[in-house]
Amino acid sequence: MLNYIWFGMMAIAVAAGIYNGKIDAVTEAAIDMAKISVEIAIGLIGIMALWLGIMKIAEKSGLIRIIAKLLRPITIRLFPDVPEDHPAIGSIVLNMSANILGLGNAATPLGLKAMEELQELNERKDTATNSMVMFLAINTSSVQLILPATVVALMGATASEIFITTILATSCSTIAAIAAVKFLEKRKRFAMETEGDSND
Amino acid sequence: MIEVVVGGLSEVAKYIIPTLLVGIPFYALAFHKVPVYEVFVEGAKDGFTIAVRIIPYLVAILVAVGMFRASGALDLLLGALAPVLDFVGFPPENLPLALMRPLSGSGSLGLLTDLVNEHGADSLTAKIGATMYGSSETTFYVLAVYFGSVGVVRSRHAVPAGLFADAVGAIAAVFFCKLLIG
Repeated sequence: MLNYIWFGMMAIAVAAGIYNGKIDAVTEAAIDMAKISVEIAIGLIGIMALWLGIMKIAEKSGLIRIIAKLLRPITIRLFPDVPEDHPAIGSIVLNMSANILGLGNAATPLGLKAMEELQELNERKDTATNSMVMFLAINTSSVQLILPATVVALMGATASEIFITTILATSCSTIAAIAAVKFLEKRKRFAMETEGDSND
Repeated sequence: MIEVVVGGLSEVAKYIIPTLLVGIPFYALAFHKVPVYEVFVEGAKDGFTIAVRIIPYLVAILVAVGMFRASGALDLLLGALAPVLDFVGFPPENLPLALMRPLSGSGSLGLLTDLVNEHGADSLTAKIGATMYGSSETTFYVLAVYFGSVGVVRSRHAVPAGLFADAVGAIAAVFFCKLLIG
């Protein structure tokens, strides 16, 4: 899937760039974004280190296990293939809490920690498991209770008006994400391949 | 009433990170005698490896998205979609943002800024835009970072599910803004 989307995006970009007379801009964007990608990744190191350090303390003290146990009734429905006392559940819960509270800086390191723990349960390391896709979809649909600071700054006094509409819209998209994942994971097209298969 | 809730929430939000930074080591030290400094450093080491590991995935996704954005392909798509969306009541001014949101965080923030400058923060158009922006994440970026950090390349149903959710979110933003504000 990603193979076609990735190639498609670039192929369309070149075709549209020629058609619109913007081929120079397309080239420039490719070079710039390659540089920016590295800057973004390097910029993550400090924040990642901070939260992963704190997370390790939370893990060693048993805090993560307590949190995981408390929210088990919800998480078992979303991630049925993750064992009850697995640390992944704790990290997932913390990532979602950080997202809900609008703590973007903390949410990413916590999410990547969760991914790493989900990967331990994965038998095919290059392929996403059902739980990984579910976790990703919930993250991309953004469950958020607090408006992003950028929106508040832009909208000024009217920010409070879009508070409720944002919660309603994001709830809809999260429910849609969960439903879509549950529906699609059973389709044959997206089935977890067994050893030997290798297309798309 | 809503102002009070929003103000209160962002007031509370200010204290969450400091509380976590102090509260977690406190709990570990006081109740479980965890050597917090040593354990912190041990965990923090992973920060570098993970950040470096995601670089190739980020380069792949962000370069493709950047080329797509720079090419003006979005405008062509817009022209093709506008009549259909107009027919179903989706405001055409908000379409660029809806299409940009899953692709690029900075790109969609730029479009939202344009909407606010052009129509005013008080307009329905800006409010729909802000709702769209606030209710979704940059799907392709999150995918590259999250799956990249563990080396997953076969994303299975992640992209279709993510984009479907984005579409539902954008439509819901229009619907609820028209219902509750417009």
